[in-house]
Amino acid sequence: MNILITGLITGSMLALLAIGFSLIFGVARIVNIAHTAFYMVAAYCIYYLSVRVGLNPLLSMLTAVAAVTVLGLLVYKFLIDPIREHEGAVLIATIALAMVFQEVTLRLFTGDYRTVDFLITGFFTVGGVKVFYQQLLTFGVVLVTLGAVWFLLMKTRLGLAIRSMAEDREVANLMGMNESRLAMITLGISVALAGLTGAVLAPLTVLNPYMWMEPLIIMMAVVVLGGLGSIKGSFVAAFILGFTEALVVFLVPKGAFLKGSVALTIMILVLLIRPEGLFGVSFEEER
Amino acid sequence: MGLALFYVKKFFKIVRNEVLVLPSRVVVGLFFIVLLGLPLITQDPYIVRIVILTSIFAILAASWDLLSGFTGQMNFGHALFFGVGAYSSALINLHAHIPPWGSVPLGAVVAVLAGLIVGIPCLRLKHTYLALTTLAFPIILTGIIFALPQYTGGEFGLSGVTRFTNSLIGNYYLHVVTMLVTAVVMWKITDSNTGIIFHAIREDELAVKASGINTTRYKLLAFSLSGFFAGIAGGLYAHYMRIAGPSTLEVSMSFMVVIWAIFGGAATIYGPIGAVFILYPLLEFFRIWPEYRTMIFAAVVLVILLYMPEGLIHWIRDKIETECPRCKIRNAATRKTCRVCTAGLD
Repeated sequence: MNILITGLITGSMLALLAIGFSLIFGVARIVNIAHTAFYMVAAYCIYYLSVRVGLNPLLSMLTAVAAVTVLGLLVYKFLIDPIREHEGAVLIATIALAMVFQEVTLRLFTGDYRTVDFLITGFFTVGGVKVFYQQLLTFGVVLVTLGAVWFLLMKTRLGLAIRSMAEDREVANLMGMNESRLAMITLGISVALAGLTGAVLAPLTVLNPYMWMEPLIIMMAVVVLGGLGSIKGSFVAAFILGFTEALVVFLVPKGAFLKGSVALTIMILVLLIRPEGLFGVSFEEER
Repeated sequence: MGLALFYVKKFFKIVRNEVLVLPSRVVVGLFFIVLLGLPLITQDPYIVRIVILTSIFAILAASWDLLSGFTGQMNFGHALFFGVGAYSSALINLHAHIPPWGSVPLGAVVAVLAGLIVGIPCLRLKHTYLALTTLAFPIILTGIIFALPQYTGGEFGLSGVTRFTNSLIGNYYLHVVTMLVTAVVMWKITDSNTGIIFHAIREDELAVKASGINTTRYKLLAFSLSGFFAGIAGGLYAHYMRIAGPSTLEVSMSFMVVIWAIFGGAATIYGPIGAVFILYPLLEFFRIWPEYRTMIFAAVVLVILLYMPEGLIHWIRDKIETECPRCKIRNAATRKTCRVCTAGLD
């Protein structure tokens, strides 16, 4: 039962992060290493607003998500957009960004472990295991968000534009879609998703400035395993890896050390059989 | 006597006609002379230590460039080769009691094996898939190391590895000369036919295949060469620090290598080396404000990239040299005409 709950929570967190990451990769071909750093910043924002300032938790969550989105857009406009053509430069710019975020949080909030209060308290017991309402709430929010993202991508004109841009940039451009504006919007959505993940997860985890490193790697594994640019793939792969981690932690001795290794080994094994991931479509060679 | 005089004359002729005409070659020559002559000026242990570590990381960054810069096989897990080199040479040194002269090359051979183990599954992957998959390997190994502390020392690593020599100057020359030699070897490799094929694989793998070249073999060759040099760097690091710990396998180590190499300019070999020699001492210099060290470092990287997205060394080279439009030979930027074909420059 513990395995089930941990797996669901980890899986849903990974799904949200991975979808944001693969969206911006699909549209703008940016490998955004700083993606989970935004998640960390959002979590700290909530900590600051709700614990230090004493704002209503719900309000502080909304503010945090908005603030992180604005931050993401500013960073994109001034640091990433000017060097868009140089893939390598964009890559290390995002790494450097993540380092800057980490250091700034370290300065502002020190390296101590922080916690955020639950939004709703209380729990019920199933099969001898406590299930906190907060965990249920987190899971619910994740499901609703995933549904909203799916609706946005599949049923609106903007979603159509995003998907076509991911499929073929040049043709999409010829069809009159403004590439840089679309990249901007997608980046906004992607960062907002990262911020939202931080918001719903902050009460369940311990905050420290290095918390972006671990989910980053597993998130990348999820994206690759599910196939780049595939929402369904990211969703399925997130839960596969989330449950694997939970299983390893609870069942294998010294599992906490090995959870990353096992998850990544699964990813590599799957890639050996299907090089484009579970649900990925192999991209046309870009020349 | 006459023969010796002939070679001395030939040497000066080469220096005058081939080296002094191009500012970049003069800079490389000065770099060699300064590095080799540094102990004459200062023997401060702190400075010597920084230069030694810089040399070790320069080998590492150049070996990343050999693989990822040239063949375009984005490797995000370069720390794997470094860590495997460090751990295996430490294990060989501790358990088989082989002195460092033997254990570093043996460690490098183990790193070649690691290169093949990573390379074979990665043959089918491309671009981002490849980058993100390679990122996984060092983390898997770290997990294994933590899970088997009786063999690997767990999170404390293997300590008590013997040093090459205990003399300051001996250590200095050992590491600096190794760095210079491996750098020249790597540069020669990339300048040879093999290097051209590596380059072609990055630009268009399909066309290389269509030209009847076995790209699989060349990609594996790139993986094992890069693994070999990174393994040497790892072995040197383990023997110099006298410890091989899990920090050699960290994600931040892999990222650091990528930052160094791209910051200097990928696919040049000298770019990453120059970048390490700028960035690593810079990072040490920022120890005067220890709290802001990493932040300033990241900010410097960001700002420089904003203005020179091609890489710092590329940018400098383009400023001090121009390419002749007719014969494609490089000239000092001060010249009005090409030094070979006398066509007008600009």
